[in-house]
Amino acid sequence: MIDMWKFTLRRILIMIPQIILLSILIFILAKMMPGDALTGMIDPNVSPERLEELREKLGWNDPWHIQYADWVGGLVQGDFGQSFRFKMPVTELIGERIVNSFWLSVATLIFTYLIAIPLGILSGRYNDSLLDQTITGYTYLGFATPLFIFALVMLWVFGFMLGWFPTSGSVSPGSEPGTFAYVMSKINHLILPAIAMALIATVNTVQYLRSEIIDTKQKDFILTARAKGASESRVYNRHILRNSLLPIAAFFGYEITFLIGGTIFVETIYNYPGMGLLFFESITLRDYSVVTAVVLLFGVAAILGALLSDIILSLVDPRIRIK
Amino acid sequence: MEANKLNTNEELKTHKSPSGFSIIWRELVRDKLALISLIFLILITAFVYGVSFVLDQEEIVTVDLFSIHEPPSEEFWLGTDYGGRDIFGQLIIGTRNSLSIGILVTLMSGLIGIVFGLVAGYFGGHVDNVLMRILDFFQILPFLMIVIVFVAIVPKYSIWTFSLIMTAFLWMGIARLIRSKALQEKELDYVQASKTLGSSNIKIIFTQVLPNITSLIIVTMTLNLAGNIGLESGLSFLGFGFPESTPSLGTLLSYARNPQTLEYRWWIWVPASVLILLLMLAVRNVGEALKRATDARQRRG
Repeated sequence: MIDMWKFTLRRILIMIPQIILLSILIFILAKMMPGDALTGMIDPNVSPERLEELREKLGWNDPWHIQYADWVGGLVQGDFGQSFRFKMPVTELIGERIVNSFWLSVATLIFTYLIAIPLGILSGRYNDSLLDQTITGYTYLGFATPLFIFALVMLWVFGFMLGWFPTSGSVSPGSEPGTFAYVMSKINHLILPAIAMALIATVNTVQYLRSEIIDTKQKDFILTARAKGASESRVYNRHILRNSLLPIAAFFGYEITFLIGGTIFVETIYNYPGMGLLFFESITLRDYSVVTAVVLLFGVAAILGALLSDIILSLVDPRIRIK
Repeated sequence: MEANKLNTNEELKTHKSPSGFSIIWRELVRDKLALISLIFLILITAFVYGVSFVLDQEEIVTVDLFSIHEPPSEEFWLGTDYGGRDIFGQLIIGTRNSLSIGILVTLMSGLIGIVFGLVAGYFGGHVDNVLMRILDFFQILPFLMIVIVFVAIVPKYSIWTFSLIMTAFLWMGIARLIRSKALQEKELDYVQASKTLGSSNIKIIFTQVLPNITSLIIVTMTLNLAGNIGLESGLSFLGFGFPESTPSLGTLLSYARNPQTLEYRWWIWVPASVLILLLMLAVRNVGEALKRATDARQRRG
């Protein structure tokens, strides 16, 4: 157990320079972006001299390390600056959007595991059967299909041709927040993008679970369980699954990285107002203070996801701790 | 019966160890899917590069306001887009551009990854430690976003800067793989012997270790090629890849961001989608066959 804490602590210590480096990289990117927050608030009545004065006052002519310190100071207090397109603080804007992305991610993860675990188990348990070949065929195709093409096709078929699902937005216009209809409308808007993302995200998990189960079912302890007379379902549910599911849990953190890339495509395609779409809109309209904030948040999310996975993995496999 | 046949085959094989090419060739012939994929790839590559000598990119991408959104017809085999540009022509040019950038990015990221991995793995110790922390950092970055931001802010944006940006954030996978292989390789006798003879480290790394891991490199780069074609088309789809004047397969798909096009004008985006899927599957099939050929335990032939 002590080992465990040591590992976690060391892993967190590695994370700190990563976050600092990330923030420096993003700061440099932000500085390279043409214009600054004042260009956004531009008012033709303000003379260039006055702007220059403001810049001086706001500290934008200071050396870079002081500017960086100021910027980080602002971030720590939750100040990401002003969006010139939405005319509101970036923090507020992100607050609105992040809720949508959060629910989309939750739905995607639920669908991912709902699909991946049964398919992986069936495929591993009855390996080389027709069923297994069908599932392997799906993973083979899913592995090669880019997410955005699949999401487009899903939208085309189920959104436009069959008309089963709404084709854009996160809620029907005019619904009253807090009512049952509102919640149902939200869920209805979530399902198609979440399933589209999940069907591609499952592929790795299915393949992994399949090979894990095929490996495990020939091990000695399984033979022993069978020899003791345990029923086939007990062997699978109690002995094999327990050994194979934990590593799957560990991939959870890495899924976050996939979700980040995925939301940009899926939210753009389904016109779903979350962080991915916000990023896409802001960079198209050159609303750079928003871009900076979104990239930073997603970067930190990816770092935390990797941390989570490593910690779960070290719980599962003690060999990782001794390094 | 079957087992007997296999046995005699095994015996025959032990007489002479087959050359690298004949192993790969035998594996490809055994794996019909990979063979078909390879033929498909060769044909389509020859076709798009051949035709684009005759076909003028300028002419294809010139806006023609009299034939906007035409459905497929005698004149336009696959119809036209919102600028009246012929889809079939764009498909050929697009495939060529997608393949070219895929190959270019794969080669460049491969080069960086190989050198980085070899140096980290061969020297080990502190060098390895420092290099791996750098690699960890790159790997944790939200790839798609960083690339899009770079594409949006780089002045004088061109195909070259685009592929350089992609390369800058894509070399880590191969570097990690090569490093782990180099770590094993440097413990082998031939490296130790060469050291004793006084060969310089650079000479050992590039003339002795490198040739021994070529098969791994070829396999990885083939599989990476499939991924890179997908990434490029994804970026172009979002509008952060190729400009419209040099269409790629992703550019054609990006027209489907318009719901009207997605719903009613399938001829613009479906052919490109199918082509991307086929290209990625074909490259992967060949890559998997190569992978089996290099690993004696997995060989089918």
